[in-house]
Amino acid sequence: MKKVLISIIIITSAAMQAWSQDDIYPAPEYKGLLFITNATVHVGNGEVFNNATIAIDNGKIKQVGVSVPVPADDVKVINAAGKQVYPGLILPDCDLGLKEIATGVRGSNDYRELGDNNADIRSIVAYNTDSKIINTLKANGILLADIVPQGGTISGASSVVQLDAWNWEDAAYSIDGGIHVNMPSFSEPLSQNPAQVQNNSVIPEHMKQAIEKTAEIKSFFMQARAYLQDNNHDHVNLKFEAVKGLYNKTQKLFLHANEVKQMLAGIDFVKEFGFDVVIAGGRDSWLIADLLKQNNIAVILQAEHHLPDTEDDDIDQPYKTPAILQKAGVLFALNDDASTPRYRNLAFNAGTAAAYGLTSEEALSAITLNAAKILGIADKTGSIEVGKDANIIISEGDILDMKSSKVLYAFIQGRMVNLKNKQTQLYDKYMYKYGLK
Amino acid sequence: MIKWICIFLFSASCFSAAAQETFPVNGVADDRPRIFAFINATIIQNSDDTLRNAGLVIARGSIVAVGRNINIPRDAVVIDCKDKYISPSFIDIYSDYGVPVPERNAPPYSYSAPAQLTSNVKGAFGWNQAIKANVDASAIFSTDENKAKLLRSFGFGTVLTHQKDGIARGTGTVVTLAGIKENLAMIKEKASAHYSFSKGTSTQSYPTSLMGAIALLRQTYLDAKWYKTNPSTEGVNLSLKAWNNIQDLPQIFEANDKWGDLRADRIGDEFGVQFIIKGGGNEYQRIHEMAATKAVFILPVNFPDAIDVTDPDDVRLAALKDLKHWELAPSNPAAFEKAGISFCLTTADMNDPKKFLANIRKAISFGLSEKQAFNALTKTPASLLNIYDKVGSLQPGKLANFIISSGPVFDEKTILYQNWVQGERYFVNEDQWNNFKGIYKVSVKSPSHSTEYTLYVKDNQNASIITTDTLPAKFSFNGKLISLNFSPEKKSEVTIRLSGRNDDGLWSGNGIDENGDVVLWKANFLKTLPPLPESAKKKSEAAGAKITYPFGAYGWDKMPQSENLLIKNATVWTCDEEGKLEHADVLLKNGKIVQVGANLIEADAKIIDGTGKHLTPGIIDEHSHIATFSINEGGQSVTSEVRIGDNLNPDDINIYRQLSGGVTTSHILHGSANTIGGQTQLIKLRWGANEDGLKFKGADPFIKFALGENVKRTTAAANNRFPDTRMGVEQVLTDAFQRASDYEKEINKAEAKLNTGRKKQDRSKSVWDIVRRDLELDALAEIMQKKRFITCHSYVQSEITYTMRVAEKFGFRINTFTHVLEGYKVADKLKAHGANVSTFSDWWAYKMEVADAIAYNAAIMHKMGLNVCINSDDAEMARRLNQEAAKTIKYGGVSEEDALKMITINPAKALHVGDRVGSIKPGKDADLVLWSDNPLSIYAKAEKTIVDGIIYFDINRDLQMRETMLAERNRLIQKMIIQKNAAGAKNTTGR
Repeated sequence: MKKVLISIIIITSAAMQAWSQDDIYPAPEYKGLLFITNATVHVGNGEVFNNATIAIDNGKIKQVGVSVPVPADDVKVINAAGKQVYPGLILPDCDLGLKEIATGVRGSNDYRELGDNNADIRSIVAYNTDSKIINTLKANGILLADIVPQGGTISGASSVVQLDAWNWEDAAYSIDGGIHVNMPSFSEPLSQNPAQVQNNSVIPEHMKQAIEKTAEIKSFFMQARAYLQDNNHDHVNLKFEAVKGLYNKTQKLFLHANEVKQMLAGIDFVKEFGFDVVIAGGRDSWLIADLLKQNNIAVILQAEHHLPDTEDDDIDQPYKTPAILQKAGVLFALNDDASTPRYRNLAFNAGTAAAYGLTSEEALSAITLNAAKILGIADKTGSIEVGKDANIIISEGDILDMKSSKVLYAFIQGRMVNLKNKQTQLYDKYMYKYGLK
Repeated sequence: MIKWICIFLFSASCFSAAAQETFPVNGVADDRPRIFAFINATIIQNSDDTLRNAGLVIARGSIVAVGRNINIPRDAVVIDCKDKYISPSFIDIYSDYGVPVPERNAPPYSYSAPAQLTSNVKGAFGWNQAIKANVDASAIFSTDENKAKLLRSFGFGTVLTHQKDGIARGTGTVVTLAGIKENLAMIKEKASAHYSFSKGTSTQSYPTSLMGAIALLRQTYLDAKWYKTNPSTEGVNLSLKAWNNIQDLPQIFEANDKWGDLRADRIGDEFGVQFIIKGGGNEYQRIHEMAATKAVFILPVNFPDAIDVTDPDDVRLAALKDLKHWELAPSNPAAFEKAGISFCLTTADMNDPKKFLANIRKAISFGLSEKQAFNALTKTPASLLNIYDKVGSLQPGKLANFIISSGPVFDEKTILYQNWVQGERYFVNEDQWNNFKGIYKVSVKSPSHSTEYTLYVKDNQNASIITTDTLPAKFSFNGKLISLNFSPEKKSEVTIRLSGRNDDGLWSGNGIDENGDVVLWKANFLKTLPPLPESAKKKSEAAGAKITYPFGAYGWDKMPQSENLLIKNATVWTCDEEGKLEHADVLLKNGKIVQVGANLIEADAKIIDGTGKHLTPGIIDEHSHIATFSINEGGQSVTSEVRIGDNLNPDDINIYRQLSGGVTTSHILHGSANTIGGQTQLIKLRWGANEDGLKFKGADPFIKFALGENVKRTTAAANNRFPDTRMGVEQVLTDAFQRASDYEKEINKAEAKLNTGRKKQDRSKSVWDIVRRDLELDALAEIMQKKRFITCHSYVQSEITYTMRVAEKFGFRINTFTHVLEGYKVADKLKAHGANVSTFSDWWAYKMEVADAIAYNAAIMHKMGLNVCINSDDAEMARRLNQEAAKTIKYGGVSEEDALKMITINPAKALHVGDRVGSIKPGKDADLVLWSDNPLSIYAKAEKTIVDGIIYFDINRDLQMRETMLAERNRLIQKMIIQKNAAGAKNTTGR
């Protein structure tokens, strides 16, 4: 019957002996009660509770509020006074666990399959829970990620994983929820050839190819629809079977598209097939925000930290695109596709959006609740609300601002996860070498 | 019938061709004096002298006499040129007429393809395939009647032709466009030497870059000079020999761009050559810089067509600079004339050369004088090529190269009738020689009756019969033969078919009438056609677009000037001894920081209220790749001869974007494609300045080295370039410095020898007559002499350590290890060596050698007492360097002030400019940023970025410019739509 008060010091020293990542274990299942007290709770839906308590029972959020009683016996209590509490961040489009060393080490990569139509390909089966990158993301508050296969026109199905698991079956949070299609490019930069004269009556070759390719994609979905009317086939078509959920909306169609014409073509998938459509990329989405809203198309913006597309664009265009989508009422999430820091700056992408027109809570939603909605997991996570999984992080200060963003605790399904990673271990190792610690 | 006539005319000109004595004749000799006299003409002798009612006599292809009262030889064929103009034909100084066009350019450099390290050309030639100084256009020239005919059709008679391939292209030859034997058409065998920055069909890897091409040219000048001493180690080098032999000819450099023009001129300046510069058409954007070259220019008139701007999604991708260039390109020649720069005009670069005269007229409507246009096509090129004694004006003794036209040659309505080349007549619009347009009375006489019609002849293909109705007629007239078909009545299905001939204005012939009867007919000229209503009167174009600096987006109408500024009541992060000052004032005068303190007063300074804001030194990016045309010379493992400073791009929008992130100084590095890369360039982000204006004057020179996966080409499919391992990289370094040491020794020995010669200090001979000057080794020797400093791209601890050891062996230090992602593993060794370090905040796992990269690297190295910088290596990240520095607070607990120093004073020190920039201290350059918030916060925006006391970025001005640019884009797009529509309408009605 003892109350366990866990302090920051205890946590950080607990994993000190671990020199190699292989000693960082996924946290065991936690069945009991857990309380986070005195917290500034950023719910994820725009609300903020000051000095609040979060009660967690058996991995689920049981209560959130200012007057939640904390029983005096046999419970874990985290005193978050002065700290900021957020839902676990969600990385909505990545190759985590599929791509380890991005270039030069082919054997470490499993993210891009051969072939043009890979509708049957499933990322989840290759997801490597021992990737050294995963733990660096947890350390920055990212607790869930949608793992997306690449390659071909139809890349296959993505699955959402939680980032503290022994194997992919444990990690799976929502399986095969997204079918990913790479839209062909319709545009050819005019600026590369200023003298170029286009004849109105002739459709340029790249445009023709894009139109044909789009028709081919649609044809696949038309045939799939017809095939799926009947469930007794002499020859089972795995590709058609793989997209079944699109027609009953248990799956969503993720169109990877940045250009306006690509996105306009995407509207057809809503109109003709009634799919739930998400635009992944969406660089030019600000140009057609109202149209996207009208068609209930959600957007995942790949990266805030991008240069503008053209020399003439507003220099802060990518930074302020989220604010334009927000104003138009488009459901959108932010991603971090940066290939060199390897996705760990998701929160700072949101921070930039907050610096350029979103409120802090809107920016937070863009990496939590909105992402959960887009990925179809909002019933389970994305916000600190009663009934959802206790996927929660506690930060020293504003999570969106690097100068104060420091994740002290993270919980996945109520389990307090180890925030150590290869980088902290090497840090400790060399601080030890130099006698600095 | 028509076909037959054409053949007749063409062969007529062949028959009269001159004969060559050495050539045997298969048949009977047919030598003709070819004497022609053109009388009653308006003769344009040159741009100054016009003779009315004058005559021109030619014989055997040359002009014999020109003037108002000249004797017409009795044996001359006399041609009456009443109402006609005779002017010298044009000279195209930049042609490849009659020389084989190189098959196709070699594919662009591919990082992953195997390297071709030596030349593929067999024989005793030089080492580099792109140096083709031995190519002699006169040896590969042959007449090309199709091309000649085209060029003659718009007034050309002479061209300088050469093979447009390679960096050194050998010699050009002057030929006329006469369809005669090459021996006679060639009027100057070797007339020019040609150069460019493009390696063309060369498949050799080196040079892969613009700066490599420049270095290759510079080294070749040096090698050629050295080759004159007949060095035994070189043997016979036909490329260098040819290079030396053509140096006295006019030297023409194809630079093709305003900045390229300046680059070419700088190379010329270094080696005492004044190039004639072939421009690209955008020179008007920097006309003062063009004037400073003192070069004569060759200008294309390939003015861009309006682009299709009807689809707003596509047109978004068209840059404002391209839209503006569309509007202003025709003003280029006028800008040269106005600036007093001599120039020639060429048909080169035109997709459709037939538009040549139309484009010249366009240039004239933009302010080019007809006189200069004329000179640019006659006297100027002739003088440049030393052939003005032969062509370029109508003077006795010169070649009979002239055109006969209906009026002044640049007039829109002028018809070019004939183009005479070397006394040979070529028809252009011969059928219009006589003015036949007008109203005719046609009498048709059949056995039974005679009928009269009125015929309106509009041109040689269009005519109509006027009765009570206007009846369309099928009509053709080729100057001699007439064919006319028409129905005598409206809706009649029968036709009258006539054919006949023109006899000095009287038309007559036979035909069949509507009844099938044979008829005779004749037509008399009654009067000219009533004048058509004048379409919009010709007026000079008022170009709307402004020339801005830079020319594209966010440019200045006028370059901003330094002003005295007093920033009041800000939180001042000095990054110096004073630390962070609250409510402080900073005074800037004449581009320098003058005073830092409280309650400063300065009467003549502009006040900037800093209340609630933060003032920091300008950010210095130790590792940047913006503002250049090329980054990597990947052709070899050691390329210390190339210089980033040779190929800066002041128009790069990233300069402006980075100013908006508070960057004021950037160290522009060569890439990491090879172990010893190129010489770097420190610049200040003076947006709108030219190349020279960007440079950080007086800064120590640096050079980029690189180690690891990139230099051993790990991702290349089949690497054949040494080295392939880190073991090899170490030897590349050792070998390079060993060679440089030996080179130094050689130089010293040569100097000693010169000094101890009989005559002390033999001035006639220099060290470089004894030692081959090597630009690659020069740079390495500078490193050993501690005059040049290394910034070394590095990742893993093994390579960091061995590089320090190689440097130590040769007696110098590595100034900076950049990236240095495993620096934390050898921080103590780096400290002992005395290196600065410059790293990424949080990059890792993008390749094997960064598997152990950690975000705590900067913090550990900082704690170990190293001078730590945070760099970008990325044009986007550079505008958030303050945030990257702030990550050291998160990863390793660095203090805010120390974090800020990693992007200000620390890189300043690493770059040896710590006494000039990097902190807010009186006496230093006024390079400052005023932030809206704590500069280490993600919410902070740079509101003003100041370089040398000049506000180059202002967040409010930025918003205004967005609106101005949008308005300008819209104006230009509307104008394009109108022009496109007009052109489209013309096309549909024309056919």
